[in-house]
Formats: sequence, structure tokens, C-alpha cells
Amino acid sequence: MDISLTPRLQLHGITKRFPGVLANDNVGFSVLPGEIHALLGENGAGKSTLVKMIYGIMQPDAGEIRWNGQPVVIHNPKAARKLGIGMVFQHFSLFEAMTVLENIALGMDAKIPARELEARIRQVMDQYGLHLDPHRTVSTLSVGERQRIEIVRALLLKPTLLIMDEPTSVLTPQEVEQLFVVLRQLAREGCSILYISHKLHEIKALCETATILRGGRLVDTCDPRVETSRSMAEKMIGGGLKDIKKPAGRTLGAERLVVNRLSLPGAGPFGIPLHDVTFTVRAGEIFGIAGVAGNGQNALLLALSGEELSRHPEAISIDGAPVGGLPAKQRRLKGLASVPEERNGHAAVPEFTLADNTVLTARDRLGMVSAGMIKSSSARTYAGEVITAFAVKALGPGSTAGSLSGGNLQKYIMGREILQKPSVLVVSQPTWGVDAGAAAAIHQAIIDLAAAGSAVVVISQDLDELLSLCDTLAVINGGRLSKPMQVEGADIEEIGLLMGGIHGEGAVHAV
Amino acid sequence: MQFRLEKRQEPSKLLQVLTPIGAVLVTMVLGGIIFTLLGYDGLGAVREIFLSPLLNAYKWQDLAVKAAPLIIIAVGLSIAYRANVWNIGAEGQYIVGAIAGTGVGILTNDMTGWWIMPLMMLAGVAGGAAYAAVPALLRVRFRVNEILTTLMLTYASVYLLNYLLAGPFKSPTSMGQPQTVMFSADQSLPYIIPGTIVQLNALLAVIVALVAWLVFSRFVFGFQVRVVGAAPHAARYGGFSADRTVWLAMLISGGLAGFAGILEAMGPVGRLILQFPAGYGFTAIIVAFLGRLHPLGAVLAGLMVAITFVGGEMAQITIQLPFAAVGIFQAMMLFLLLASDILVRYRVRSVRRAEIAT
Repeated sequence: MDISLTPRLQLHGITKRFPGVLANDNVGFSVLPGEIHALLGENGAGKSTLVKMIYGIMQPDAGEIRWNGQPVVIHNPKAARKLGIGMVFQHFSLFEAMTVLENIALGMDAKIPARELEARIRQVMDQYGLHLDPHRTVSTLSVGERQRIEIVRALLLKPTLLIMDEPTSVLTPQEVEQLFVVLRQLAREGCSILYISHKLHEIKALCETATILRGGRLVDTCDPRVETSRSMAEKMIGGGLKDIKKPAGRTLGAERLVVNRLSLPGAGPFGIPLHDVTFTVRAGEIFGIAGVAGNGQNALLLALSGEELSRHPEAISIDGAPVGGLPAKQRRLKGLASVPEERNGHAAVPEFTLADNTVLTARDRLGMVSAGMIKSSSARTYAGEVITAFAVKALGPGSTAGSLSGGNLQKYIMGREILQKPSVLVVSQPTWGVDAGAAAAIHQAIIDLAAAGSAVVVISQDLDELLSLCDTLAVINGGRLSKPMQVEGADIEEIGLLMGGIHGEGAVHAV
Repeated sequence: MQFRLEKRQEPSKLLQVLTPIGAVLVTMVLGGIIFTLLGYDGLGAVREIFLSPLLNAYKWQDLAVKAAPLIIIAVGLSIAYRANVWNIGAEGQYIVGAIAGTGVGILTNDMTGWWIMPLMMLAGVAGGAAYAAVPALLRVRFRVNEILTTLMLTYASVYLLNYLLAGPFKSPTSMGQPQTVMFSADQSLPYIIPGTIVQLNALLAVIVALVAWLVFSRFVFGFQVRVVGAAPHAARYGGFSADRTVWLAMLISGGLAGFAGILEAMGPVGRLILQFPAGYGFTAIIVAFLGRLHPLGAVLAGLMVAITFVGGEMAQITIQLPFAAVGIFQAMMLFLLLASDILVRYRVRSVRRAEIAT
């Protein structure tokens, strides 16, 4: 039999059950040699579980994996690498304080002398145009460069199947293009690629086949080049996609949030300091802040929410009143609400009930406290209102926040802040790890809040999200904010360059 | 057949209540076996230590005397531990509280009036709180770990007590004994149940627990402590200052330990003596955990541990068990409780061998 006709990887009836969930239900598909195969699905559709079984991190409860036609049991990642399966994870496992070479050496199964390893690394880098100095310390590298380490690490083992888990979520548009060049070259050389993503235009541009999962089940295997983004999205969420409605012909009102030369020292040895961040958001305006992860977004959110205080009160003002020196509690009373990126343990306390979680941020604005005593009935009532208004799937105000799924908890947190009718709302990654249905609901809520006259700041790594949501956009890089630009008629190329740190002067990361 | 731990979606509420009881039961079984192997009457030891104090109505008053300081200290520690403030120096704060209150007592020994007793108690609370303020300051200002500082200050407090009893605090009529004067009638806690040795401190312990429970569950302060302990980032986001919480948790736990100290001096002991430090401050750590860091749980756990103290004294007499055995039983209870905590968050599932990844 011609080897090229035997699928490199075949899955038959793969089933994996966790307590309370069927993560994969009878999933089967095959990947041909040299094929770039997309695995598409919403968060929680079972993509990660499936690839973890292929990479030997978990074992299926039922079903069969065939490798080059032979049934195999992949006991652990080491066994997977031995077969020729490489994987690049979404979250990198790199030691910040060590060099590229040291990090790669640590991840190798076999012990290879440093000199020989370096020679092999340089050879792989030359072959695929992945340029990186092996002696640089990881903490000085951009996210795109860190991903390159992971790719090099996988390629050193000469894989015949490379699994990429959401590789572009942290890259600039230019870095995405460079990555695609490498992946196409690999595929031409016969390496199969299993590409996990929910970004449809990327899949259309890169992949030849797409397997779509929904709720743990395979819904379709299709050719993304002939599908439209919309048709694939509808298969992915299993229903019509609701368009977000932006009221036409809005006029922006008075300046509500003014940030004027906000600077903050970075927290910790790898913290990003903020330099002279300046922007203005008017009533009714949605202001987007784009940027690659780790360029000061967190510091900016903490500075705006009042969790970190500025030395200059005038650095931040709300409706004309300087608040830069006020802590979070007082800023809330002035009308500023915020939603940080991390849901569990930051925006909400997972061990607490939903009612108690309203006390966290709404106690003063909504009068939940009298004489130091918490009015638990008003907390419960408000929690109930949020649950109803934002269609949160929860048993009731008494459920713990930790028992909610990511998307539902995010809807709850957004609802908790939005129903307080803030004059300024700052949100970071509003739809991170949230399914498409919940994401649409959250976007609509943000638009409605702005339409009612609030000023909204959205910090996101998802450029598509910002482009569809915002009126104005600025890019944060190395703790500096670019000049704001109108989203209408914005140049994606220019935004990408700004995200990569090309300011003309003061470039922080080399691209 | 093998077993595997699986994380529960939510911690089991039922097991949160059952594990302390289970820990006590397993302690009884293991303790019985250990002391049998050591050549003692193991079964008798368990019976004497855990059951006799309960079955013997005459011993109930001893339980109240032993439990009162444990409960008062453990309530304060519960609040501190909930806020992730690891004050393990309650013994030192207990001693300094007693010293401060006794200082007032020595000055007012010749006076009469209803105000003397509250003033001594107030001084006790202030003394304990002030002694806890040192590690609080070190932690907030210089990020010094409070586990070390609170523990080390405990030893310093013992020397302070020894010094004072040998000099400034020594009673002129003590015939050279290192002890203070006896407290006057207006300085001693009244007996609240006629014909027994149960004094006001037992009632105060229950009141302290009830008030703490109310504050903890209904007031913003209690909410603040819980948030800071459970999720420090969320606390900052919610507008609660972590440093302020450390201060409050330290001062409250130290203040209550000091309160327990002066009550002990004004009550069962009647003066300050060299043997005053009885280890209540350390045992209260066990009580706090056994009571699930809940003020009302501390009451039940305080009684439980008091049973082992009273029973241990009885076992010393009846079956010649060394008193150190009580410490062993108490330590086993704490270890078993901490170990059984895993069952609250995880469930045990048996798995077939084939499922186990090699």
C-alpha cells in the first residue's frame, strides 16, 4: 500500500468522560500526511481533551487511535514524541530566567551535549527561518519569540505530526503570517499539522480540512476553503449567529474618562511599567486597547481600577474630578467600574456564593451595607437581578461562583458591574475563554451601556473583537500607548506594526 | 484495584462537619492501639480520656474551666487564620495580656469599686493586642513572616514574666516566692453557678464566640477577612486593603488571647505565678482548626479538647498514664483532621488497573 494514502493519524470512536461531563463522544477523523487539518470548536467543545489523548496526557475511555495504520496506545507524552508527535501548547512552559538553549535542553528526552544541541537548534532555525539567539534570556523575549522556542523544541524531534493549540492567540498579524509560512513549509515536507483554533479566517487561509466539534461530538468535517466564516461559525455554535446591533448615527458626548500622562513602576522583576499613557474616552464611546499579552495591559487595568494608585491625582479623572490617588472603593463611588481579566480569584471569589460576590463590588453603590452590617437580602436580590438580566445559567444567588462555567461567570461579572450603571467601565479580555453565544451577549451589553451614555474601555488581545466593538482604538506595547485612531478606516497593517513594537522610536521587542 | 482522588466541583458541606468528628473517632482507635502497644491499658486510656469526663457529672465544671480560655483564644485565631494571617504566638499574647491586666491589678489592689474588673480586662486586651502589633508591623512594613515573629515573641514573653515576677511585680508578702499579690475580691471573677468552680470567664467565652460569629457572618469586616483569606486579588479589587486586614486580624487575635490571659489570672489562678503559661495559646491552634475556623465550631472544639485535658488528669490517677499522653492524643486529632481535609475537596474513586496510565 502506498504510504501516502495511509492516514498518519486515525481516530475511531474516541470517548472520554469526566465527572458530570462527556468531554468527547464517539469522535473519529483522520489526518493525512502533509495535511494541515483544523480542529475547530468553541471553548468546552472538547478540543483540548481530544489532543491531550493524542499526545498521551490522558487515555480515552473508549475508542482507538491508529498511527500510520497501526493501532497504538499512547501512554504518555514521551511515548507520543517517540512516535513522532510534537505539540506546541497555548501556554508556554519556559523558565523566564534561563536562556533559550537551557530551556530547550531541559525539555529534551535524551541528554544531548550543549554544543551539539546548539548546532542542531541553529540548523532547525535556519531551515525554517525561525531566527532567535540561543543565548538570550527568555524574559527579554516577546511572546512571538517565546512561541518560536516551543516550535523549535518540537521540531528538533523531527515530528511527523505537529499539534498546535491556539497558536495565534498571542501573536500580532505579522507574526501570524510568519508562523503560517513555517507551517506551510513543514506540511510541504510531509509533516501533518493539527491546528486548533476558533479563528475562522485563519483556518480558511491555512487549512485544507476542518473537523468541527460541538459539545464533545463531531458535527462536521469540511473544506474550510469552500466554506464561509459564517457557515463554519454556525456549525461550531449549532445555530444562527446573532449579529450585535450597534445603534446608527451615535454622537459622542462630553469627556468622561481622561487619562493624562499616567506612569507607574512595574510590579516585580518581570512587571511592565507604564509610561505616559494618555487617552480620553467620551460619553457613549467604546475605546479599545489592543496589544500582545504582557505589554502592560494588567498594569493599566490595575491603575485604572484603583488597585494600584498613581502618585499624581490628575493622571486619571472621571467627569472632571481627579481620582488618580483614590483607592478602588472611592473610585467606584465616583462611578468607575472595572472587570479584570482573571475571573477566578480576581473578579470573583470562587468559594463565595453569587450573592456574596455582589457584595464585593456593589456594596457601596447599591447600599448593601448599613452601620457596618451587610444586608444579605439586598445582595441576594441584586444577584437574582443580574442572573435574570444576563441569562446566567446558575441555580440561584446561593450557588458558588466556582460552580459556574467560565462563560456564565463572565456574564455574571459583567452583569454585576453593568447593572450598577457605571459612568466609566473598564474591562479586560471581556470574552476570553467564553463561548460565542455568551460573547455576543457580553458585546451587546457593552454596546448598550455605551449607548446609554457611559464611557467604556475594552482591553483585549483579540483584534477582531476590538475592531467590531470599538469606536476608537489604541495599541499598548511595552507599557506605552499609541496615539488613538478611529476604528473606521483603521489600517490593520499599521496596528500590527504597533503591536509588534515599531513606534519609529523606542521599539521594545524586535519582530 | 487502585484508588484515585478526584476533585469535587464544590467542597462537600456534609464532610466539612463530619471530618472533625471522624478525626476524633480515629484518634480514639489509633490512640488505643498505640498505648496498648506501649504496654498501657489502651482501651482504658481512651475511656478515661474521652468518656469519663462526660459521664462523670462532677467533672463538667472542670470542662468549663479548661474550655473557657481555649475558646476565647481559638475564636481570635479563627478570624486571623481565615484572613491567612498565621498568628501562632497566642501563648505570648496570652501571657502579656495577663501581665498588663495584672499590672493594673497591682496598682488597684487596695481599692474597691466595680470599675476595677473591667479596667483589668481592658488592660489585658490592650496588652495582648499590643504584643501582636509587633509582628503585624513587621509583616506589613517589612514583609517579615509572622509565623516566625509571633512564635519567637512567645519565648520573649515568658522571660518578661519571669523577670517581672522576680522583681517589679513580686508581692512584698510572698516570702521570696516569685509571684504577685492575690487579687482582691473586686479583682476576682465571680462564680456564676453556685457550688461549682465555674466562673464568669465561661460565660464570657460563649459571648465572645457569639459576637464573633455575628461579626463574621453579618458585618463587612467579617466579609473583608474572608475575602482577603480566600482571594487576595479579589479583595484588592473589591477595595479592601490587605495590610489593614493583617493589622485587624493580628490585633483581634492578640487582643482575645490577652483577654483570655487576664481572665485566667483573675479567675482560676488568682494571681500571676511562674507556672502561669499553661500552653493554652498553642492548644487553641488545634481548637481553631478542629472547629473549622468557625467561632461556634471553636466552642464545640474547645469543649472537646477540654475533655482530653480533664480526662488526661483522671487517667494519670486511675491508670498511671503519663500526662504527655494527652498531648499525643491532641496532636493526633489535629493531624488526622488536616489529613482528612482532603476528603472535603476530593472524592476517592476506585479505578480498574487498565485505566491507570503507566
